[in-house]
Amino acid sequence: MNSSLGGDGFLTTTINYIANWGRKNSLWPMPFGTACCAIEMMGAFASRYDISRFGAEVARFSPRQADLMIVSGTITYKLASVCRRIYDQMPNPKWVIAMGSCTCGGGPFDSYAVVQGIDEFLPVDVYVGGCPPRPEALIDAIMKIQKKIENEGAPII
Amino acid sequence: MERVEFITESPDSGDGVSTKSMMLNMGPQHPATHGVLRIVLHLDGEIVVKAVPYIGYLHRGIEKLCENITYQQCLPYTDRMDYLAAICNNIGFILTVEKLLGIEDEIPERAKVAEVILFELGRIESHMVGIGTHALDLGAMTAFFYCFKERERIYDILELVCGARLTTSYPRVGGLPLDLPEDFEEKIRNFLKIFPETIDEVDKLLTRNKIWVNRTKGVAYISAEDAINLGLSGPNLRGSGVPHDLRKSNPYLDYDKYDFEIPVGTDGDAYSRYLCRMEEMRQSVKIIEQAINNLPDGPYAADLPEIVLPKKELVYTKMESLIRHFVLVYEGLKPPVGEVYHGVENPKGELGYYLVSDGTAKPYRMRVRGPSFVNMQAIAQMVKGAFLADVITAIGSLDIVLGEIDR
Amino acid sequence: MSVDSDSVIGSIRSQFESSIYKTYSFRDETTLFVKKESFLKFCRSLKQDFKFTYVIDITAVDYLDIRVPRYEMVYLFHRFGDDYDENIRIRIKVELEDSDITIDSITPIWSGANWLEREVLDMFGIEFRGHPDPRRILMPEDYKPHPLRKDFDVRNRQPSKESFEKELKEGFE
Repeated sequence: MNSSLGGDGFLTTTINYIANWGRKNSLWPMPFGTACCAIEMMGAFASRYDISRFGAEVARFSPRQADLMIVSGTITYKLASVCRRIYDQMPNPKWVIAMGSCTCGGGPFDSYAVVQGIDEFLPVDVYVGGCPPRPEALIDAIMKIQKKIENEGAPII
Repeated sequence: MERVEFITESPDSGDGVSTKSMMLNMGPQHPATHGVLRIVLHLDGEIVVKAVPYIGYLHRGIEKLCENITYQQCLPYTDRMDYLAAICNNIGFILTVEKLLGIEDEIPERAKVAEVILFELGRIESHMVGIGTHALDLGAMTAFFYCFKERERIYDILELVCGARLTTSYPRVGGLPLDLPEDFEEKIRNFLKIFPETIDEVDKLLTRNKIWVNRTKGVAYISAEDAINLGLSGPNLRGSGVPHDLRKSNPYLDYDKYDFEIPVGTDGDAYSRYLCRMEEMRQSVKIIEQAINNLPDGPYAADLPEIVLPKKELVYTKMESLIRHFVLVYEGLKPPVGEVYHGVENPKGELGYYLVSDGTAKPYRMRVRGPSFVNMQAIAQMVKGAFLADVITAIGSLDIVLGEIDR
Repeated sequence: MSVDSDSVIGSIRSQFESSIYKTYSFRDETTLFVKKESFLKFCRSLKQDFKFTYVIDITAVDYLDIRVPRYEMVYLFHRFGDDYDENIRIRIKVELEDSDITIDSITPIWSGANWLEREVLDMFGIEFRGHPDPRRILMPEDYKPHPLRKDFDVRNRQPSKESFEKELKEGFE
């Protein structure tokens, strides 16, 4: 231990790095699940895929205690304002995963009620294609978010 | 998103105490609403005076979309209504189109038996989520993990059969698109060996659990008469003591040849509906056992060149098959002018498709009678006068899925 | 099966000879066309005398440019029988002129008709006289068009967008 810490029990790093390291391994997702993708998201949380291996199992249904919004399932115009409001309620810094074809670009629902991609009203960090994507794909998206957080250089406090 | 507003102040009723009734908005984003249901609750203290559900947050216009595409193209949209048991929706739609075409008698036995197996797997799949999330909402988290473990096993079988876990889009008009995989039978037999143990485990976790019984017994009561009047179906109707099941009353897929029973509750409360679902899964196991023992060999799709796509190897080698394939894909199948309604006993109740054909390849009108849509109406009556916490029980025990309510 | 479906439908037809002006059968499903004026009376008798206690589905079809009258209401009823062994189904249709798209609500008779009628109101703009809660059910309440009408384009997102932008500006109810 001592040798890896430079021999004197010290470790030098930047405050940014240590904060990002902490953040990326303790993401608190806010699952905004609406349709089919929500079931695969539940699959990712449940026994076989177990998202807690990546430090992201503390699902918070209150946006005020979350920093990662997983939008999974079709978003209609009637729901869009709710979605936007929940995003606004989340504290900074925050990230958004668009899970499934519907959230990425409307998916198969090219109809009068469906928003053709949630990036019409939300900033999205990672898009996951598929109808619905497998839980592995969601886990991959979370790892991509973690990579992104790792390299973030913005002021942290 | 929850917001509290004080709306009315009722005057002093004579005992020197004036009370305020409160309006509480529950949803659309709430963990216990199983999606995006919104209920506005009028509360007097902790008692629900009135509950007004608002739906439509997931209305995607599936009925309208289907009017603009061919019958075969409608199939993937049916997956996305009741996505907890997509395969049941698929089979229901296929049966309706087959009825419209008048080709029910030409479907080969192998396809029918395979569809029964898949249909019952779908029922188990849906009840597993229904019970798992219901328990999760009431604080019993372990049952959720047990249920999802079993669901993953069903996903594996479905993936083997059709390549997708959730949105299957599997059977086709006239039979199956491909023959069943070689190890299908073995996988099903394995599942039948393991699955009853899981039901027993869930049974041990919940059925005599003091907290579970207290929170569900006598809660969200609905009488048989009211259930019929409200048009409830599925376990919600049977939980009130009405022995109505389309598999027995208006049999399809030769369900009348199978030996199974319809579990009927007596109390009409949430506990009774839970027991119905548990027993239904045991009956499903019984049906699958009979079906897998009688799964015949032979053709898996009907011999109807105008309706069923030719085999892929023939398309690549024979000119005629290529032309047939092209015409069927490009123009679609054309049913006669007419209209049919066909209902199947989905895990959640009666799923009905009403198709109006004008003789072209696109349905003139496709109406879906989603069981959850009609079942959901009962919520206002169920929670009236109950405690706020019982609203969660009521929603969970109705086992709704919003994709089907809003369509 | 104690009674078969033909005899029940036959007795309905003989009792309401003046109200039923057309019958149609396709794939073993019988449809009765009932006059709009006597529809409510017919429904009451259907429930009380003929024991069709269960309403399965209510919907409408828009026959723009194909047929006159333009709209058709479709009702589907189920009769259980005394021991739940009859299971007879019947389809009732009422034709509606484009100039007067109102019909009597059957929610006072079968309470399960409530949301089904609201959906037809939302999607087709057909009004139900005597409905206890005539509001839109699926689309936002300030939404104007009726999507399932044949003259509405499936990709017409403009009205939805307007309602969304209005809600964003004003806040969630």
